[in-house]
Amino acid sequence: MTAMDDQGILGLVELLRTAGLSVPVGNLVSFVEAVGIAGGDLRSIYWCGRATLTHSPIDIEVYDRVYRHWILGTEIGLTEMVASIPESLVVDDDGVTNDEQPESSDVETSDSTVLRFSRTETLRSMDFAELDADERSEVDRLIADMRLNAMTRLSRRRRPSKRASGVPDLRRTVRESLRTGGEPINRRTLQRTRVARRVVIIADISGSMASYSRSLIRYAHAAVSARSQVEAFALGTRLTRLTRELDTRDPDKALQRASDSVADWSGGTRLGEGLRQFNDQWGTKGMARGSIVVILSDGWDRGEPEQLAIEMARLSRVAHRILWVNPLKASDGYAPLARGMAAALPFVDEFIEGHSLASLDRLSSILSGNSSRPVRSMVTSTPEEVTR
Amino acid sequence: MSFATPASVSDVESGLAAHGYLADEGLATAIFLAMSMGRPLLLEGEPGVGKTEVAKSLSALTGGELLRLQCYEGLDASQALYEWDYPRQLLHLRAAEAAGTISSDVAAVENELYSERFLVRRPLLDAISDRHAVAPVLLIDELDRADDEFEAFLLEVLADNAVTIPELGTFRATVPPIVIITSNRTRDVHDALKRRCLYHWVEHPDLEREIAIVQSRVPDASELLSRQVSRLVAELRTIGLFKPPGVAETIDWVMALSALGRTELDSASVDASLGAVVKYREDAERVRAHGIDALVDSATTPTK
Repeated sequence: MTAMDDQGILGLVELLRTAGLSVPVGNLVSFVEAVGIAGGDLRSIYWCGRATLTHSPIDIEVYDRVYRHWILGTEIGLTEMVASIPESLVVDDDGVTNDEQPESSDVETSDSTVLRFSRTETLRSMDFAELDADERSEVDRLIADMRLNAMTRLSRRRRPSKRASGVPDLRRTVRESLRTGGEPINRRTLQRTRVARRVVIIADISGSMASYSRSLIRYAHAAVSARSQVEAFALGTRLTRLTRELDTRDPDKALQRASDSVADWSGGTRLGEGLRQFNDQWGTKGMARGSIVVILSDGWDRGEPEQLAIEMARLSRVAHRILWVNPLKASDGYAPLARGMAAALPFVDEFIEGHSLASLDRLSSILSGNSSRPVRSMVTSTPEEVTR
Repeated sequence: MSFATPASVSDVESGLAAHGYLADEGLATAIFLAMSMGRPLLLEGEPGVGKTEVAKSLSALTGGELLRLQCYEGLDASQALYEWDYPRQLLHLRAAEAAGTISSDVAAVENELYSERFLVRRPLLDAISDRHAVAPVLLIDELDRADDEFEAFLLEVLADNAVTIPELGTFRATVPPIVIITSNRTRDVHDALKRRCLYHWVEHPDLEREIAIVQSRVPDASELLSRQVSRLVAELRTIGLFKPPGVAETIDWVMALSALGRTELDSASVDASLGAVVKYREDAERVRAHGIDALVDSATTPTK
C-alpha cells in the first residue's frame, strides 16, 4: 500500500462525503484496512468500499454514482445530491413568531397572553388550508406539543409480577428458595408486558393535500421525538420513506425533500400503486403487521380503483387498524364519491377528518384506543356510493 | 487446508462453490474481509436470496460449528446468552436435603448451585466459549425481528467477544467467532451496530448463476429442467407478483418437479406444482391469468 494509493482512496471518501454519505472516521479506517488486505486494484477497492462505507441500498446507489465519477470523471451532479440532503440548521418557527411581535412585548404581556389564549381556541377548529403564515407557525407549535400514545398490545417480553397466578419465575423462585433451605415456599411469577403498537403514517403529498399532510407529518415528527414507534411515508406518484428524516431533522425539510423526489409532480396521486409499493417493500414484510396504519388522502386516485381495493385488502389482512384521514370529510354534505375512496372504504376501520387541530386531537384519542366510532355506519348509509 | 484465514477473495469464492454456494464477487469480498478483519457481516436482501445459506456454507467450508440464533420479539439474555437450569437446581437442592448433605452455609449452597454444571449455554455464550478449536460461525438470523434493546445488548457482546456472568466471572473467546447477521429490513437496524459491521446487500443472482446454483443444489434434476425452471422463474419475477419468487423457491420447484419424475417443463406439471413457487392465492391467479402455456412456451423455447 503506497502513500499514493492512500491519497487516492481518501479522495473517494471525500467525494462520498460531498455527495452526502456519512462516513465516520471508524469506517474510513476500516476501508483503508480492507483495501490493504484485499489489494489495491480498482475492483477490490470498489467492493471494499461497498462493504465498509455503505449501510443500506440507498447508500449503495450514491456510492455507485460517486465511484463512477471517481474512476471515470463522469459528471454526476454532486451539487444536486447535496441539495437533497436536508440541512440540520434551520430557523426555529417560534423565533419567526417572536420577531413579528411588537418589540415592546413587556408592556403588553397580559394582553398578548389573553390574545394567544383566544387565538388557540379559534385555531383549534380552523382548517389547515386556510391558515396564514402566523397562524401556521402557531399551529405548528401546538402540534409539536401534541403527544401520541398508541394503543398497546401484549409483548412477548415478560417481567416479574406481584400476582400469584401466571408463568412461574424460576429464576427468582430458586434464588429465594436458598433462604428457606432449598424449599421453594415463595413462588414467584412473571407477567407479559405491554408495548405500544407501531403507527404507520402514509400521507398523500399531492397539491390539494399538501397543507394537511404537512400538519400530519409535523404531528408524526412530534411523535418520533417523543420516542414512540412511528413510521412515516409520503405518497405522490411514488412512495418515499420519511422516518429517518423525522428522527432528527426538520420535518418541513423532510417533506420538501420528498416532494423534490417526485418527478412528474403534476401527475397526481396513484394511491393503489403507492400502497402496492408500501405493501411489497415494507408492509407485509412486517412493518404493518399488528400496527395502526393512518392514511391521509382525499381518495382521488388516478390509478385503477380495483388495484387500490386489492392493496387495501392486503393491508387490512396484516394491520391491526386502518384509519383513513380525509380532510374533505369536514365539508358539509360530503359523501365518499371519489372512486378511490369508495374502493378503499370497506377496508377502513375509522374514517375521520384531520383538517384541524381539534380533529388531530380526535386522531390522537382514536390512536390511543380511547374513542371508537366504527366507519360501518357511514358505509351502510350510502351503499350506492360504495358500489359505484 | 485451514480456512480460518483465507488468502484471497477468490479462495473464498471457490471454497464456497465447493460447498454448494455460488457467491458473486461482492459477497465473496465481503466474507473475505469479515474473516480477515474479524468483523461481523451484516447481510440484507429480499427473502429467499440465500442470506442464511451463507452462514451454513461458510460453516461447512471452515469446519467451524454453526451456531444459530433465530431472533424474535422479546428475545432476551436468558434465551440468547445463558440461563441457569432451574429445574435441576431445585432437584439438586431437594436431593441434597434428602441425603442430608446440604450445607447450612447459604454462601456455600449458592456457590454450588451457580456453578458451570447448572449453566445452560445459549448460542451467544456458546460462540465465545473456549471449547472451539476452529472459529465457529455464529448466525444471528433476522435481527430486525428482535427489539431494539436486544441490539444494544448484542453490540456489547460483539464488541468485546466476552461475556460476564456475575456468579461465575468473565468468559472470553479464545477463537473469535465469524459473525453473520441477517436482516429483512422490516425496521432499520441501529446505526451503531451497522457501523461496526461490514455490509452487503444480497441481490437476486443473474440467470446463468441461478442455473448454476440450482444444478449444484439439485444435482439429480436434469440440466434441461434446471435451465427451463430458472428461466420461467425469471419471467415470473417480471409479472408483478406480491411475492416474487427467490432462489430458494427456484430450488424448491426444481426439487418438486424432479420428484414428480419430470425431466423438462410441461404446462400440466407447472400448474400442479405452482404452490412450490407462488405462495399467495392472488399470485397464483395472476400467473394463471397470464397464461401458463405461454410462460412455459417462452421458457422452453431457446431464444438466445
